[in-house]
Order: sequence, then C-alpha cells, then structure tokens
Amino acid sequence: MAMRLSETQKLLAGTTEPLGGFGRLLNRFNIDGPLLSALVLIAAFGLVVLYSAVGENMRLWTNQLVRLLIALVGMLIIAQFPPDFLRRWTPWGYAAGVLLLILVLVTGEVGQGARRWLDLGVRFQPSEIMKLAVPMMTAWYLHDRQMPPTPANLLVLAVVIVVPTVLIARQPDLGTSLLIAASGVIVIVLAGLPIRIMLGLAVASVPGALVLWNFMQDYQKQRVLTLLNPDSDPLGAGYNIIQSKIAIGSGGLFGKGWTNGSQAQLEFLPERDTDFIFAVVAEELGLMGVLALLALYIFVVGRGLFIAASAHDTYSRLLAGSISLTFFVYVFVNTAMVTGLVPVVGIPLPLVSFGGTSMVTLLAGFGILMAIHSNRKLLPR
Amino acid sequence: MDLLSPIKDHHSERRMFIARVLLSSLIAVLLLGVVVARLVQLQVLDHEYFAERSQGNRVRIEPVPPIRGLILDRRGRVLAENYPAYQLELIPEQLVDLDDTLTRLAALELIDAEDIPRIEATAKAGPRFKPVTLNARLTDAEIANFAVERPRFPGVDFRPRLVRHYPHGEAVAHAVGYVSALTTEDLEEVEAARYAGTSQSGKTGVEANYETDLHGYAGYRHLVTNARGRQIAVDTREVLDALPVDAAAAPGDNVYTTLDLDLQLLATKALEGRRGAIVAMDPWNGDILAMVSAPSFDPNQFAIGMTPDDYRSLTTDPENPLYNRAVLGVYPPGSTIKPMLALAALETGATNLTRKTMCRGHFSLPNNTHRYRDWKPEGHGSVDIIEAISQSCDVYFYEIANDIGIDAMHHYLDQFGLGSKTNIDLRNESNGLVPSTAWKRERFKGRDPSEQRWYQGETVIASIGQGYMLATPLQLAVAAATTATRGTRYQPRLVAAFDDPLDGQRRILDPIRVGTVDVDNDVHWDTVIQSMHDVMHGLRGTAREAGLDAEYVMAGKSGTAQVFSVAQEEEYNEEEIEERLRDHALFISFAPIDNPQIAVAVIVENGSSGSRVAAPIARSLMDAYLGYGDAPQ
Repeated sequence: MAMRLSETQKLLAGTTEPLGGFGRLLNRFNIDGPLLSALVLIAAFGLVVLYSAVGENMRLWTNQLVRLLIALVGMLIIAQFPPDFLRRWTPWGYAAGVLLLILVLVTGEVGQGARRWLDLGVRFQPSEIMKLAVPMMTAWYLHDRQMPPTPANLLVLAVVIVVPTVLIARQPDLGTSLLIAASGVIVIVLAGLPIRIMLGLAVASVPGALVLWNFMQDYQKQRVLTLLNPDSDPLGAGYNIIQSKIAIGSGGLFGKGWTNGSQAQLEFLPERDTDFIFAVVAEELGLMGVLALLALYIFVVGRGLFIAASAHDTYSRLLAGSISLTFFVYVFVNTAMVTGLVPVVGIPLPLVSFGGTSMVTLLAGFGILMAIHSNRKLLPR
Repeated sequence: MDLLSPIKDHHSERRMFIARVLLSSLIAVLLLGVVVARLVQLQVLDHEYFAERSQGNRVRIEPVPPIRGLILDRRGRVLAENYPAYQLELIPEQLVDLDDTLTRLAALELIDAEDIPRIEATAKAGPRFKPVTLNARLTDAEIANFAVERPRFPGVDFRPRLVRHYPHGEAVAHAVGYVSALTTEDLEEVEAARYAGTSQSGKTGVEANYETDLHGYAGYRHLVTNARGRQIAVDTREVLDALPVDAAAAPGDNVYTTLDLDLQLLATKALEGRRGAIVAMDPWNGDILAMVSAPSFDPNQFAIGMTPDDYRSLTTDPENPLYNRAVLGVYPPGSTIKPMLALAALETGATNLTRKTMCRGHFSLPNNTHRYRDWKPEGHGSVDIIEAISQSCDVYFYEIANDIGIDAMHHYLDQFGLGSKTNIDLRNESNGLVPSTAWKRERFKGRDPSEQRWYQGETVIASIGQGYMLATPLQLAVAAATTATRGTRYQPRLVAAFDDPLDGQRRILDPIRVGTVDVDNDVHWDTVIQSMHDVMHGLRGTAREAGLDAEYVMAGKSGTAQVFSVAQEEEYNEEEIEERLRDHALFISFAPIDNPQIAVAVIVENGSSGSRVAAPIARSLMDAYLGYGDAPQ
C-alpha cells in the first residue's frame, strides 16, 4: 500500500518489524499473531467472567476451558489448509450440510422444543456447519464470476442462501437462520451488490417482515412484542429484559466487582452464563469493563477486515470479509439484545458465553482467516 | 478459467471490495455507537434508578408468625403452651440421592418406611430449596442419634420450631381444645396479613373460640434472597442496614380460663375407664370450674400432626373420644329435674307443702289401664313433696304431672336453662330439648294430627325427665347452679380474662346474667333446697351414702335415665350389649347449701345408678374445691 500507515493501521496490519524467533514460529505454522492474541485475550476475559457467571462452579468452568482449548487447537489445524483446498471442497461441504439439515428435520433429536441436534456418533448441530458453509459457498460461486454480480447470479445466490436459512428456521432456530442468511448476504454486499438493489431490498423488507412474522412461533412474536414494551409483563416475557437492564444499569461505571453482582449471583438475571453473560460483565465490571471487551472485539473485526483487504483472490477476500463482519453481527446482536435494543434472540456472546459448539465453529472461521492471511504471500501481488 | 465468462478486472474488483469493507466498517461503527450510547444511558445516566431496583430485587419481606398466647387455668397454671420441638427436615436441592437418603433414614428409624412415598412426592412437588418435613417431632434420643450420623446426611437437618403443647393433654382436651394445620377453609376466613406465616389455628374448645385473641398479629422482617426466594447465607449486614425497620410480631393474649386444674384432673380421674361427662361451675358467675368428657384424647397429637391412620382410628373409635359429651351429648335428664318440677308444681298450685301421695309403686291415668311404674316396685308409701324428691318417688310426680301441664313444665325448666343453648363460649353446643305442646305441633308438622297432639301420658313420663326430654351435662350444671342461687342464672363461661403479654394489661370479662326464675313465694325455694338437702343428708335420701360424713352441707339430686336403644352401627357382642343397655347414671348438686360455691353435674353413661355411681364423683369434686379433699396428684 502506497499511503502512509496510521498507528491503528500498523496495529491491524501486524508488526512491520523484522520477525523475532517467536514470530517466525507463528509464521511457520500459518498463525496470525495479532489475531491469535486478541482472540486469546477475549477468551481469557470470557473465562474470568464465566467463573463468576456460573456461580463459581469449577466443574462447569473447567468444562468450558477444555472446550475452548479444543476449539483453539481446531482453529490452528484449519489454519494449515491452503484457501485453494478449502475452495475446492466448498460445494461438497455445502451439499453435505444441506443434506444433514434435511436429516435433522426428519430424524433429529428434540431439545428444548426444537429439533437441532443430530446424533452421528457425535451429537452436533448441522446448522453450525452452515455458519461457515453458506459464506464459503457464496464466495465460491462468485469467485470466478464478474463483479458486481449479475441479476442471474444473484438469483442463484438467493437460492444458495435461502435453502439452508429456511431449513434452519423450520427447526425452529430463527436466530441462527437469520445469522446464516446475514453471512451469505454480507458476501454479496462485499462483492459489490449495487447500492440501488440494497435500497430496493430495504424497502421490500417491510412486506418481508410481515411474511417473517407469519413464520414466527408464538414465543418469537412474544419476544418482539416484549421488546416494544417489556413492562407489560414484568414477570413473564418481559422478565429477562427488565432484569438484564437492571443488572447493566446497576453496574455503573466501574461495576459491583467481580463475583459481586447481585443480579447475577442471586439469579435474578436469567441465562446469566449463556445469552445474557454480557449483562454480568456490565454489572460486575461496569462500563469500563464492557468497553474493554468491546475494544477487543473491534480489534478482532478490524484485523479480520484487514486480512480480507489484503487477501489475494476473490474467494479468500469475500470469505474473510464475511467471517469478520458476521463476527461483528454476533457481537452487535447479542449486546443489543441484552441492552434491550433488539428482540431476544438466542445468540451467544462470542467466546464469552458458556457453550462449546458455537465456539468451535467460530474459531474454525478464524482458522480460515489465518490460512488466508498466511497464503497471501505465496501468491504474486 | 471459463473462457466464455467475462474477463475479471482484478484491480477494480479489489478497489470496490475495499470500498465495501470501509462502508461496512462505517456501519459497524455506527451500530456499535448505538450500543455504547445505550450502555452509557443505562450505566451512567440511569445508574441510580437501576441501582435502586437491583437493591430492591434482593430483598424479600418474610412474615414472622406471632407467638400464640398461653392458655392458663384460673390460678395461672399452664394448660396450653408453646414448646420448642425439633423437626427433621430435608432440602431437596442439597441432596445427592433422595431414595438412598430416605432408605438410610428409615434404617435409623428416624422416619417411617411407609412414609417414604409421601415424602418423595412432597419433595418432588415443591420448589427444590423448600424444606420438606420428615419427622415433626424428634425425641431426645432421636436427636442424639441423628447428630452422630449427620455428616452422612447432607441436605438433612433438624430445626427448632414452636409446637403447641398441652401439658395436661387428655384432662383438658375437650375444654381447651387443640390447634391443628390451617385448612383451605380456615384460610378463607382469617385475615391474610395477620396469619402470614402461621400454619395452625384453634379447631375446638377455647383454642377455637378465642382464636382471635390467642393468635396475635404477624410481624415482618426483610431478607436478602435470590430470585427463587431462597434466603442467602452471605454477609448482608450492609444491605439489611439500609432497609425499613422490621415490624415485630404482636404475640397473642394469654387467656385465663375459669377452669381449676385440680378439679379438672380429679374429674378426669373419676371418669377413668368410663364414658361420661362432668361439669362443675361457680353458680355466682357462670365460671366453669371443670369440664371433662370421657373418654378423652391427646390434643398434642393434633398439634404435632398425626398420620391419617392415627386420625382415622380416633374418628372411628366406637367410644367416640373426640366428642365433647359435656356440651354436645344429650341425655334424658331423668329424676334430676324433679327439684325444678317441684318448684313449678308449687308455684302453679299443682301441689302444696302438705299434700301427700300414697305411692304403691305404680300409677295409672284415669280411664286407662297402662301402669307407669315407680323405680321402686313396692312403692314409697305415703310421701310429701320433700320426701318425693329425697326418695325420688316417681308416682308423686306422675300424679301431679297433668295438674302442672307440659307447657308450665316447659315454662319453668326453660328458666333453668334447659332446652336451649347456654351460649357457653364454645363453638358447638347442643340445644337439648324440653317438650311443649307447641314444640310437638311444630316437630310433627304436616303429619297426621294425632301425631301432633300432646298426650297426657307424655306429660306423665316428662315429669320424671324421660320421653322427649333431653339435656346436656352443661345444661344440668346450669340448672343446678340456678337452683343454688335461688333463681339467678349466669351464662356459663370458660374464659374470664386476657393478659396482653406486651404491656401487661389485663382485660377482665364481666359475668353475664341471663335471667331469673319467676318465683312468687320464696318458701318454695326453701322447700326445693331442703328436699335436695335431704337427698344427701336425709335418713332415706337416695344419695345419703355420698353425703355421709361431709364437713359441709350439700344439696343434690340423683337421676337414672333409661337407655332405649343401643347405638346402631356398632359390632354386637354379648357383653357389650349388656353394658350399653344399662341406665345412665346422673347427678346434680351444689354446696355448701347456705353459701353455694360450686354446682356440679355428673353423667356416667350406662353407670346404672345416679346415687351410687355419679353422686360420689360429685362429692369428691366438691370436697376438693371446698378444701376438704385430698389434693389430687
């Protein structure tokens, strides 16, 4: 790049100094130092908060630590695959994911009123595969086509995105299906979807929302209504949001102190270790703690976008951009939900919320980012 | 690469991509700005509001049940108190294995093995932090036993609570009554705020009738709890300091009954092994000095809580121990009403002091061959009104019966309190029955007129307290007391005063005078009382043996009531029938005769003879009360 790098850009770009011994080691194993550092910091931050949020239950905490380590190892393994290899296998992965989604609808195990789990030796949610398979497939399709995409291409892409989205929405898992759709749409937007079409879609989203409304389960409709007026049913549907706002608000600037949040520790805050863990951060560590965490997230997103911008081929670029921005969407939707800005959708706070499956997928995505980053040098500029 | 596809312009493509990334970043920053703005709003601007709400969240108001008032006898001796007892509890969420825990507790005989399914059901039904009672009352041995084993039973512990305790259990059971668990119906009646935290209420006797005075008012305290309402065992002093002051519970009043524990114990002993009732009262204010119904039961069982089986065996006991015979049992009063009828006869002119009747052992109405027998087949010979009472001559009363007439009998007996409720301070009481022509018409309304008519023969048997006539032991005691006062009748009562334990204030209830007997000629009272004197002290008095060697002068009247039928639903058994067909033994009395201080009515079911069985009991009570008896142990 010709322009002078600002300090932030330097930071996002990683060091420009000659590599030290450790740096060489990281490089050799296709590991991006800045990204790894930020992710580990977030995960460490998450583990500290989680210890408090699970009520100092060491068994659950250790459980999470182990899953985090497994996910990190998974990320490092995925970082070793060249992007071209991933690209070649993308259609197969996508097809397998769709098949598994159909299978889950037919035979899947029911958990908490929804069919999400599939038992093929290991119990897992096929929707997790699609979190990566959809942006990969979208990027794969656009890889050797002209940008911006033509209307015909857009139609094909719509099918690529809508099929898994609908399958997952039917489980029902509206939150995940919307995020997966978003990850696909982000690829198209980054590929240069004309602004007028975006505006047109925004207008069309009004009737679309009505269609969606009909698609929603009663409890989901209730969540939307609750957001609009949580105090209408303070002990019922509005309870989560009210308690969450009390937790955040009472945390103030510096918080009540680690493991001292009365909302969290006295179990007024529902889902305190999963979807609502952000409120625990806000209650116990205050605005300062929350801003620190958000800063780490922003750094990860920024570094991811930098990797995307410096990627060599279309597939890598679009995929890296989508993974980074989808990560942001996670952070945004979760924090906006917990602060009562958007309806309650079951989206965990990445790397902090208790739960293993989504963490594995998430770090696998960052593994891809690392693979893309380390492979850029092997290709001609 | 597909040659037919348009040539890709990598350079411009990359430029557009970067532009899109920058656009996305801008949007992301804006969105994140919204979240941060929201956080600033919640955590900085509205911080105080939310801080207050989070504080309010963790505080729960818990009711503190008041301490129930004591029930005391007339000299302040305790009849009902609150006794600390230890109960064994289990907290489901702290258990590792419910089945295993219960099995091991049963092996230690701390719980009943048969109780396990019930405990399991309760443990699974309620919130998991809510203690489940395993054993309502541990004995000292059981406490010691469990204390040793405690480390092996996480989630199981014993906890003190106040249990109503009746130190003299059976002796005062019917008068004092008992408390037991609040029922759904009870909860609808009581004031909710006042009963917050209360689990029991008075069900019978003084406990029930003075429930409001005994109960007191619930107080409140503030607890730091979690969202499920469980109290948190953390240091919460700084939180509690900021709270409104707790409201202390106002304990219930201590209630002074009119009962004399010594008499009560003596009367209980006298009826041991029998069915019957004793009521002793102070004629001058209606104070019930003793009220005993036999057989009795242990009211402590109700207070602790008993198993359904125990309860069933109490309610199905053919001896009916729960039934308060003193106020609910109705018996033909037999000859005990003769003094009152003599007064009626004298006042109405149906007889006079000099009239004598030749008793040959039987009586027939004119133009009728039916013989009404005297209890003494050979007859009493020539008797006047005083002898007719002291010897209990039936024929004398048969002869004058129709001259008095049933309606005049009713008029006078009613003034003695017979045939209607005494309004004693108990929830349940029988009316008894004194028939009249009007009563019979009403009773058989709609039937054949011949059934509604009053017959002379019915008046004849009414004159010796048989036929339709029925009275409760309490009514007979009131009638005796009214005779003792020469016609002043007081409403009987079990409670005379209340002490407020907080300020020591005493509230004293005034005796209630409910009426007087209309007597024109006071000599008639002398006659009636003289005749009752002769029953006890006369040469031929029926109860002269019971009056023998008394250090004071007493008045009495024996009675023997025929039992017409055996209670239906009972198992038939030769001996049982024999016993249950025997006459009831009755006795009324008061003493000392010139300064009456106590009136007593005694009924011994199937006791055969009023003078031989019931009279000595009355004598022993009067001896004790007047200070001549052996002190009961």
